Amino acid sequence: MKLPISWLKDFIDLDDWTVEDIARKLTLAGLEVDEILYAGLDMPTYKEGEKHEFKTNGIAWNKEKIVVAEIREVKAHPNADKLTLLDLFDGLQEQVVLTGAPNIFHLKGTGRLEKPIKVAYAKEGAVIYDGHADGLVLTTLKRAKIRGVDSYSMVCSEKELGITDESDGIIILDDDAPVGMPLADYIGDAVLDISILPNMARNANVIGIARELAALTGHKLKQPRIEFETSGRSVEDLVSIEITNSELNPRFVVGLIRNIQIKPSPYQVQRRLKLAGIRAINNIVDATNYAMIELGEPLHAFDYDVLKERAGEKKIKIITRTAKEGEKLMTLDGVERKLTSMNVLVCDEKGSLSLAGVMGGSESEVYDASREVLDAKGIEIKSGEIQQGKITARGNSTVNVLLEGAAWNFINIRRTAKQHNLPSEASFRFSRGVHPALAETGVRRGLQYMAAWANGTIAPGLVDEYPLKPKDSVVGVTSKDVKRLLGIDLTLEQIAGLLSRLEFKCEITNNQLQVTAPPHRMDIDEGVVGLADVLEEVARSFGFENIPTTTMADALPPQIGNPIYEWEERLRDLLVAIGLQEVVTYRMTSPEREARISANENHVRIANPIAPERSVLRRSLLTSVLEVAEKNAKAESIAMFEVGSVFEPVKNDLPNEPRKLAIVLTGARIGSAWDVKNPPAFDFFDMKGRVGLLLAGLRFADIVYAEAGGTSHLHPGKSAEVKVNGEVVGVFGELHPLAKEKFEFGDSPVIVAEFDLEKLRTLKPSFGIKPVSEFPPMYEDIAVIVDESVAASAIEALIRQTGGKTVTNVRLFDVYRDEKIGTGKKSLAYSLTYQAEKTLTDAEAAAIRNKIVKRLENTVGAKLRG
Amino acid sequence: MLDKLKEIEKAALESLAVVSDQSALDAWRVANVGRSSPLMQVFAGLGKLSKEEKPVVGAAANQVKIVLEAALEEKSQAVKNAMLAKSLAEEKLDVTLPGREVNIGRLHPSTQQLRRVLSILAEMGFQVYTSREVESDEMNFQMLNFAPHHPAREMQDSFYIDVDPSAGSGSREDNPILMRTHTSPGQIRAMREASANNPQNPPPIRIALPGMCYRYEQITARSEIQFNQVEGLAVGEGITFADLKGTLTDFARRMFGHDARVRFRASYFPFTEPSAEVDVECFVCGGKGCQVCKNSGWLEILGSGMVHPNVLQNGGYDPKRYTGFAFGMGTERQLMLRNKITDIRYFWGNDVRFLDQF
Ligand SMILES: [Zn+2]
Repeated sequence: MKLPISWLKDFIDLDDWTVEDIARKLTLAGLEVDEILYAGLDMPTYKEGEKHEFKTNGIAWNKEKIVVAEIREVKAHPNADKLTLLDLFDGLQEQVVLTGAPNIFHLKGTGRLEKPIKVAYAKEGAVIYDGHADGLVLTTLKRAKIRGVDSYSMVCSEKELGITDESDGIIILDDDAPVGMPLADYIGDAVLDISILPNMARNANVIGIARELAALTGHKLKQPRIEFETSGRSVEDLVSIEITNSELNPRFVVGLIRNIQIKPSPYQVQRRLKLAGIRAINNIVDATNYAMIELGEPLHAFDYDVLKERAGEKKIKIITRTAKEGEKLMTLDGVERKLTSMNVLVCDEKGSLSLAGVMGGSESEVYDASREVLDAKGIEIKSGEIQQGKITARGNSTVNVLLEGAAWNFINIRRTAKQHNLPSEASFRFSRGVHPALAETGVRRGLQYMAAWANGTIAPGLVDEYPLKPKDSVVGVTSKDVKRLLGIDLTLEQIAGLLSRLEFKCEITNNQLQVTAPPHRMDIDEGVVGLADVLEEVARSFGFENIPTTTMADALPPQIGNPIYEWEERLRDLLVAIGLQEVVTYRMTSPEREARISANENHVRIANPIAPERSVLRRSLLTSVLEVAEKNAKAESIAMFEVGSVFEPVKNDLPNEPRKLAIVLTGARIGSAWDVKNPPAFDFFDMKGRVGLLLAGLRFADIVYAEAGGTSHLHPGKSAEVKVNGEVVGVFGELHPLAKEKFEFGDSPVIVAEFDLEKLRTLKPSFGIKPVSEFPPMYEDIAVIVDESVAASAIEALIRQTGGKTVTNVRLFDVYRDEKIGTGKKSLAYSLTYQAEKTLTDAEAAAIRNKIVKRLENTVGAKLRG
Repeated sequence: MLDKLKEIEKAALESLAVVSDQSALDAWRVANVGRSSPLMQVFAGLGKLSKEEKPVVGAAANQVKIVLEAALEEKSQAVKNAMLAKSLAEEKLDVTLPGREVNIGRLHPSTQQLRRVLSILAEMGFQVYTSREVESDEMNFQMLNFAPHHPAREMQDSFYIDVDPSAGSGSREDNPILMRTHTSPGQIRAMREASANNPQNPPPIRIALPGMCYRYEQITARSEIQFNQVEGLAVGEGITFADLKGTLTDFARRMFGHDARVRFRASYFPFTEPSAEVDVECFVCGGKGCQVCKNSGWLEILGSGMVHPNVLQNGGYDPKRYTGFAFGMGTERQLMLRNKITDIRYFWGNDVRFLDQF
């Protein structure tokens, strides 16, 4: 909410506080000030390098150069029809001032004014906003000649002084404005833009903020004086109220004011409303809004004469009830609303008048003030005209207003406003909870302002139907409670002192404080929750900044760690160590996107997706990573992975969220450089090598690779499945050309891998390391020629088996095919390492070698080469 | 004979003086101290000399040999040095040519930040607790003290999951399935797990809850549909708001520097009471006011508060006996502030040119 400081000061003395001090106090207490807008008051100036505290905007008015002045005569300009020359007195001397303001144009040539017009007058050298520029541009008034007349000063519009963006007419001050007074002293202001948290809705009004400040500063809250004279017939004789559902409508109050003259409100009122973000319309509308901003109770003004006409001979009867399913109401915005049984209506015996707490109806031709305010944003208002609401269209010179203040169920209002998409100042407040006690205060305040600003006479009495009085919560608080939750030592007297500033009633009995919530609070519960509610208020009033900082003294919980999380973090480290970049992608995708490589059709569906391409939760992690690789396809080399959940639907229940790993390699194996031309592209074996390192890093020993069958998105000849401890944990290989085609990749093959982490994580690793021998190893090469059909892994297995533990390493270093070997044959060359716990002799090594060769000859028909 | 030796020595030293490379040096060695060199022939001819001459000439020849060999050694070293100097000069590189890089892997910046946060919390005794990303309304809202239609729900617009209509007559109407809007449902799950084993005396809790959360937003430079959060939860007997302040002040200093100023500002979250926003003095401008802190000098980095009695109750902890505090932070937001990142879409965009910078 936007809060003018001048308004705040109606209710609390803060003369020793700067605007920043006030903003800081409020911010720390949960009423965060987002911005301070200056409209006249002195602004803090920050020197280079000095600490700022708030976002600050606006303008300060120089006290010598911007003052209250009076226009004594409006004369024609000799050379310009649209301009006038003003005879103006600024408190020191008479001046001639040039203006083009349309809202005094009608006084041109009418001679000496009977009643001078008070205006805001800026002299040469004053810094104001340029009224003709787009946006806010500061300008300094300089001497100039306009159409042959000297001009060095001006009467200001609201835009020029930073009050609103209205630049069409000049400000016309109230008649009692003191001529010659610095304008800043008269109406200088600053506006705090405050974020209201959901539990602080009670403070979305001037008195609420003032009350908070009273609690925070110890200054006294000045309660509003609501007193007025009444005359004529009592409203109770003329109107009755029937509430049919007290849960939805706990209270309904009306008051009557007669013979209102509709005209603009005093400028002071208009200015405050405008600074608060509310458009000024006329004295009736402004009075309801002013009372609402001040106290928090939205009011509703009915045209009494219309209701009387509808009632005919009978007494006016206001009825509140829920709508019938399908009942229709034409609201003031001209939209016919189809209602549901949840919506509450305010009616008379003839029919519905308004949608309770949300918007008035148009059919009944009832004047709805709160609606006018909102609508005003769309109404073209010419400056200078007397701004009037709909009511004067009926041609009456005065009107009689029946003023409603009511309490509604906040959840019901919230749902209704949402259902009909009707946010308004009223529904904003009602949907966050307004205490029924405010209904009466609000009506009385509204009547008081109407009487003051519109010369109306208030009828005696109020009609007050109050079937459901809320109980004020009572909570018992001890010093121990305060210590236990807040960690501070306070006596019961101290606690009572803090709470009573917020108008809690406090009574000390038997070492306990009985606290009763004040009648504007709906957020204080009873019992253990009520205690927390009250202790929060103690903490806020005490000041969070005054609570000490301590270290937790309670027992440390049993340390159980998180093995799953820790295992995944180790997995990530290993993946990074083998040169892969981690990516994190959106969980939301579309079935079409995944269908490119995945056959899964059953997805977890989003009921309210932000876009069709994010309509389901992913089932294929690989698709996500492929999409990232595709987006980065311009990069020379791509090596990336993601570890994350996929989502498998479970009928009518929460989905399963298994964890997966996906890897993508594509592009150059190493980056090209000034000394590396045309580097080779990643292929199957780059992935296989990385998979091996990863699994070894996870301490798996029993790893078997076999041809992958039935993985349609992979190249049938260049893909493999991986078994660890006999279980398939993943597949990898080159993306099938038909699958690759569905993405925008370059020429390089795209190598992918997918692992099931649930499975991998639960397999038993093999810990323990082989001792490192102190004796020298011997190295020897063997090349054998075998049929193409013999798998390399079979030969390696035979070598290892036959060599026993003396052969500690077998490394394939060459695969060779040519005509001399014969077609359908290949030569495989291995480098063997012999190692024993002694120095091996040549003869011992030769014996092992011969055994291996013989075994290979006998088993796979190998022939020793060369 | 002795004169001859003197001549041999003189000629040899003279010819050595002009030797400047290895091959000339090798030739000199053959010519002057080689087997058929004049000096060696003197040695060879010693036998023919008289008994008296023999030792004199022999000694003199030896002396010449020693001199020549020493000269050779010296020259050899000089030649070697000269050659080395020459080759070093020839091997000079253009050191401004690019270095040879290795393709290294990196963690995603979000993971890096999660680890930073979690490792600090781990040292403070907060152990990682992870839970599911798709949740029930009950766990995501109701158990956390968000009543149905509560205004606070508007702070967290949710993605809802379609429930198969054939599954039963609106059986989930009051408890729809949604993408979790915060990691807080894990608070309830953790408390329930801990209290289930010992309902009379549930153990204290100190956990960190990291993970992806989801909000119904349009994807723009300033808003995303998913983000990582880390929450902390401490529940025990005798945990106070002063402990919350102490713990989070410590955390903020570890995270943002030991001289970081911290302030606690009253706030509102349905699942804590009292609630506090924790602001740290802007580490970009040092509190002087800048774009990042919107000229306020403060950055909002943590939401926190004392665990609401209803939440303790829902977790199986008696609020009359136990108290606790909870706090939460967004890791991408921290990264954005720290690294002056102005577009949140970078994170899930995964452009390698962005990722490479972390
Ligand atoms: Zn800053």
